[in-house]
Amino acid sequence: MSEAIIGGQDRIAKRFAKLKEEGRAGLVTFITAGDPDPETSFEILKQLPEAGADIIELGMPFTDPMADGPAIQEASNRALAAGMHMRKTLSLVRGFRDQDHETPIILMGYYNPIYIYGVAEFLEDARNAGVDGLIVVDLPPEEDDELCVPTVKKGLSFIRLTAPTSDDKRLPKLVQNTSGFVYYVSVAGVTGAGSASNDQIIEAMARLRRHTDLPIAVGFGIKSAAQAADVAKQADAAVVGSAIVSKIAESLDENGKATDKTASMVTGLVRELANGVRNARK
Amino acid sequence: MSKPNSYRTLPDPDGHFGNFGGRFVAETLMPLILELEQAYKDAKSDPAFKKEMDYYLKHYVGRANPLYFAERLTDHLGGAKIYFKREDLNHTGAHKINNCIGQILLAKRMGKTRIIAETGAGQHGVATATVCARFGLPCTVYMGAKDIERQSPNVFRMKLLGAEVKPVVSGSRSLKDAMNEALRDWVTNVEDTFYIIGTAAGPHPYPELVRDFQSVIGIEAREQILEAEGRLPDQIIAAVGGGSNAIGLFHPFLDDKEVEVVGVEAAGHGIHTGKHAASLSAGKPGVLHGNRTYLLMDDDGQIKEADSISAGLDYPGIGPEHSWLKDIGRARYEPIGDHEALDAFKICSELEGIIPALECSHSIAQIIKEAPKMGKDKIILMCLSGRGDKDIFTVAEALGVEL
Ligand SMILES: Cc1ncc(COP(=O)(O)O)c(C=O)c1O
Repeated sequence: MSEAIIGGQDRIAKRFAKLKEEGRAGLVTFITAGDPDPETSFEILKQLPEAGADIIELGMPFTDPMADGPAIQEASNRALAAGMHMRKTLSLVRGFRDQDHETPIILMGYYNPIYIYGVAEFLEDARNAGVDGLIVVDLPPEEDDELCVPTVKKGLSFIRLTAPTSDDKRLPKLVQNTSGFVYYVSVAGVTGAGSASNDQIIEAMARLRRHTDLPIAVGFGIKSAAQAADVAKQADAAVVGSAIVSKIAESLDENGKATDKTASMVTGLVRELANGVRNARK
Repeated sequence: MSKPNSYRTLPDPDGHFGNFGGRFVAETLMPLILELEQAYKDAKSDPAFKKEMDYYLKHYVGRANPLYFAERLTDHLGGAKIYFKREDLNHTGAHKINNCIGQILLAKRMGKTRIIAETGAGQHGVATATVCARFGLPCTVYMGAKDIERQSPNVFRMKLLGAEVKPVVSGSRSLKDAMNEALRDWVTNVEDTFYIIGTAAGPHPYPELVRDFQSVIGIEAREQILEAEGRLPDQIIAAVGGGSNAIGLFHPFLDDKEVEVVGVEAAGHGIHTGKHAASLSAGKPGVLHGNRTYLLMDDDGQIKEADSISAGLDYPGIGPEHSWLKDIGRARYEPIGDHEALDAFKICSELEGIIPALECSHSIAQIIKEAPKMGKDKIILMCLSGRGDKDIFTVAEALGVEL
């Protein structure tokens, strides 16, 4: 198989296989495409793997991010204000793929921009750009026919969010049609809010393991290397989002524009987080 | 599109009205929504629930409210006879309380101990704060910062009733953002919180249950017009924000083929200006706030800000059942701008001694356009969804009057 037509599931599966070999959990980093502007965002994106990101979640900006807290809302607003839109998001991925054939990229966001793009056309363009999977917050399994099923048919992963409210009755429905990995949202709440305790995560992992063999990534509320390390002891990957985009916000000048520190502040934090994750099980 | 035998059988079990509706929510909320659906099913088939609901609608809300013949407006326009269904006479001054009584009784049944709501004009916020006071539950209302400015009397009312009013500064700082914020609260407080949605939108089962609770409007109006005129009206008409008063009036009449159904949307500064709230006339189907429906958005699927002088209509979407009624041709939806609504507000006040809410002033404006062209033997029945006291500051400002 040539590099270009490797389906998304392969790149994700390979990455988790490699992590397993190395005997460690992975670090999943979230940034919003186009935040704070398309060029800076591309610079950050390109530097993430070298800084220690094992998997990249790239947010598709949306005006009404109902499940996100202030940090990611503002990231979305910054991107939109800088003229970001779906086609540009896909071209960021294409640019990234020109130089990195291995780091999985998952697009994350809300359904409407995809629906308006057109599901079939979006999946075609996303796959050609080198996207590996999708996380769409407002598509529960009850709406699988909309996007989940077409995505899987196209050879991309549809990664499901599971939550503290996902009980044993609900989980079988959640892991059906899903692939790549399962994302466990460790607290009921919006992104960037409080974090779960170790015990809660251990219990949730056990519950999830009863229903799936897929790798499990845990996120929501992870802000520091120490927290990331705690999660990395239990889960197959730790996801960090709000803390990273908050670094972007912190780095901007008084007019909200990127500075020469923007990319380095982000990669600095990612390095710390990666250190935490990589040393967690030692 | 082929016409169904009945227009009153939807939604289907998954919450669809044709291609519209559904359950587009974060997974964290799904179990709650399923629990609500079950609780509502149980309540519907429980005679005790209906009895309780009827009791509060009669003794607390003051139902049945009158169907009033607007004689001077009728004479002034010189055409069809005009009747107003007087939702303005309900306790708290609008139709919103019908739905709040239903939802708070459901919340009690489900053992929920905290209530949240979003509000635009503040009418739904006031109605929610009212029932929370009456039933002794703590209440948090999310309201766009822009709406807090233009609806200050209602903000104070909510506070008097013991509710906490949380200003929403994100996005366009109006109703859609208040709804986002309420959803964010709900995913955070899944254990104890019941979300009383104020209009016939949101994820299934909300559009259905809000419609059912508001259908008391149409059920009463249908009986009352038959009593007054011995026949059904030729046209029923209501303003649509999210569409709850309208669907409440429309639904009991949908299978009366001879009754024309008209919804009125806010055209704000005019559709051509792009500054309006006419999602059915100028939007296209998309997904927001848990359902697929007509929305105002750009080519990238980003939601646009709505614009209307009426805070209660200032929403870039519409309940999914209206989207279906439009597509299937059972209802038509007409845009009315700020200026026309203001004129209608004045005319109704001066001719009928009723100061109408700016929301339903939009339907009066549509009647002013259509009634003169209809024969004197025709009958129009309009939902006067609320009283206009809350709007006097907005109207004074628009007219350049200092209070
Ligand atoms: C008096 C009145 N009428 C109409 C509306 C519009 O809402 P809906 O379309 O849900 O009836 C509102 C909303 O606040 C209102 O206060």
